[in-house]
Amino acid sequence: MMNAVADTQASSVGYTTADGRDIGEVILDLRNITLRFGGVEAIKDISFDIQEGEIRAIIGPNGAGKSSMLNVISGFYVPQEGEVWFRGKPRPPLKPYQVAQQGIARTFQNIALFEGMSVLDNVMTGRLGKMRRGILAQALWVGPARKEEVHNREAVERIIDFLEIQAIRKTPVSRLPYGLKKRVELARALAAEPNLLLLDEPMAGMNVEEKEDMSRFILDVNDEFGTTIALIEHDMGVVMDLSDRVVVMDYGRKIGDGTPDVVRNDQVVIDAYLGVSHD
Amino acid sequence: MPASLLYGVEVLINGLMAGVLYALVALGFVLIYKASGIFNYAQGVMALFAAMTLSGIMEGDIPFSHLINAMFGTQLHSFGWNVPAIAAILLTVVVMALLAWLVQRLVFRHLVGQEPIILFMATIGLAYFLEGIGDLMWGSEIRTLDLALPQGASLAIENATAVLGGDDFYGFFIDKLDVVATMVAAILVAALIAFSQYTKYGRAMRAVADDHQAALSVGISLNFIWVLVWTLAGIVALVAGIMWGAKSGVQFSLSLIALKALPVLMLGGFTSIPGAIVGGLIIGMGEQLFEYTIGGPFLGGATENWFAYMLALVVLIFRPQGLFGERIIERV
Repeated sequence: MMNAVADTQASSVGYTTADGRDIGEVILDLRNITLRFGGVEAIKDISFDIQEGEIRAIIGPNGAGKSSMLNVISGFYVPQEGEVWFRGKPRPPLKPYQVAQQGIARTFQNIALFEGMSVLDNVMTGRLGKMRRGILAQALWVGPARKEEVHNREAVERIIDFLEIQAIRKTPVSRLPYGLKKRVELARALAAEPNLLLLDEPMAGMNVEEKEDMSRFILDVNDEFGTTIALIEHDMGVVMDLSDRVVVMDYGRKIGDGTPDVVRNDQVVIDAYLGVSHD
Repeated sequence: MPASLLYGVEVLINGLMAGVLYALVALGFVLIYKASGIFNYAQGVMALFAAMTLSGIMEGDIPFSHLINAMFGTQLHSFGWNVPAIAAILLTVVVMALLAWLVQRLVFRHLVGQEPIILFMATIGLAYFLEGIGDLMWGSEIRTLDLALPQGASLAIENATAVLGGDDFYGFFIDKLDVVATMVAAILVAALIAFSQYTKYGRAMRAVADDHQAALSVGISLNFIWVLVWTLAGIVALVAGIMWGAKSGVQFSLSLIALKALPVLMLGGFTSIPGAIVGGLIIGMGEQLFEYTIGGPFLGGATENWFAYMLALVVLIFRPQGLFGERIIERV
C-alpha cells in the first residue's frame, strides 16, 4: 500500500493560522490510545494532540471510532492502553464528572439535555462547577450563596444572548425542535467556560440554514472566548471550512492528520473516506 | 347549616390532616425514586429509626447499651442528661446524613446499573437491617417522644365554629397536633421546593433525576447527589417520625405507615412531589369520607384499612402512571 500519509504533527510551540489567529501550545495530548470492548478494538494505537485555541476536527466513516475517541477524552470510556496528557501532565483515569470539573465540556451526538427542565435551568447546570458555596449556605440561601446565584445567572444570560435563544429561555426543553435543542446543549457546555469544548456531531440532522447558524456560533465561540474546540462532523464542507487541523480515522486507526488542505489531497484519506462521500 | 353536613365537613378536615402525614411519608419515597430509580422500601423504617434516635438522644440514653452491658457486664443505661429538643433534632439529622452516606457507600454504590427489582430487594434488606440496628441501639420498648407539641382538641377552633350550626352542633373537633403537623409539612415542602428550584445542589438533583449521562458531563458526581437525596429522605422521615411518634408513640407499627404511602404513590405517581402531596390529601380525605358516608352505616365500619388500596387500584386501571406521574410513552 502506498503510504503517503501527511503526518504533519504540528510543533507544540504553536502556530499562526491562515486567518491570522495565534494557536498556543498543546492542551490535550493523546498518546497511543487503544480502546477495546471485549474482543473488538474500537480505537487502535491512536495519537494526536489538540493545541490551545484551535478548532480540531475528527472525521471518518461510520464506526471509525470517532465518538469513542471523544468519550475517552471526556472520561466516559477508559482506554486499556495509552495515556491522556492534559496541560502537560499525564491524567489519571478520571470519572466523567471529574473531567468536566477540570474544564472539559462536551455535547452529545444524540443530545443529552435535562428534558424536564427549562432552557435557563439547563444552561445553569453548566455552571455548577463555578458555584463554590457550601451546601449549608446554599440550603439556607444566605448572602454569599445568593450573590453567587445572581452572578452566575448573569453569566448564563450572556451566553443565552450570544446563542440567540432569549425567546425560549423559560421553555421546557422537551418542547423544543431538534435544531434548538442542539443549540441549548452548546449553551450548557459554554456556560462552564471550558478550556476545551468537545462537540459530537454538532450539526447532525440539521438543515442547511441551521448548519450555517451552528457553524457561525462555533467560529464565534472560538473567536470571542478563545475556546479550544474538538469536533466530530460528517459534513465535509463544514469540516473543511471550520477546522484548523483534521484527524482522519478509519476502522479505529488514524489514517491522516493535518490541515484541511493536506488531508483533502491525501490519497489514503480519499480512498477511505472522501472517495465514497456523497457530498 | 344542618349538623350532619357540618359533621361531614369536620370529617373532611380531619381526613385532610391525616392525609398530610401520608403525604410526608410518600414524599420520602418520591425523592429517592426520582433521583435514583430506587423504590425505597425502607422509608417507613427510616421514619421509625429517626424517631427512635431522636427520642434516645433527648433522653440521654447510651446507644448500644444492652450490647455493651451484655459483653462487658456493665450496668450502663443513660448518660444522665437530657438534650434540648432542637439540639437533639440537629443531632438526629447528622445521624440520618451519616446513615445516607453509609447506605450509598456500602450498598447502592455497588449496585449502580442493576435491575430495579434488585435495588428494591436491597432496600428490603436495608429495612430489616435498620429495624434490627435500631433495636440494638435504643432498645425495643415503646418510647415516648415528648417535644412539647400541642395536643388534644383545640377549644378555640371548637368555640369559633360552634356558631355555624344549631343547638345540636358543638363546633369542629380538631386535634392541635394535626394542625401543627400540617403547618410543619407545608413548611418542609416549601423548603424542599425552594431548595430544588433555586440552589446549585437542587438543580444538580433535578439534573440527575432527568439524565445521568448529561449530569456527569456537566460535572455532577452521581454518588454525591445520591447521598444528598438519601439525607433529604432521612430528614423527611424524621419529620414524619416525629409527627406519627407524637401521635401514637414510637414503636414498631410506625414503620408500617410506609404501607399507607403505597396507594398515595400509586395515585400521585412515583416521580411527582406535588403528586405525593395531593395523593396523600386525597387518600386521607377519601378514606374518612367513605367511612363516614358509606363504610360506617352500610359496611360495618373499619373501611379505612382497605379503602386507600381500592381507590389506588381504580386509579391504576384508568391512569397507570398515576394522576400526576410523567406520561409513559413507548414508541413502537
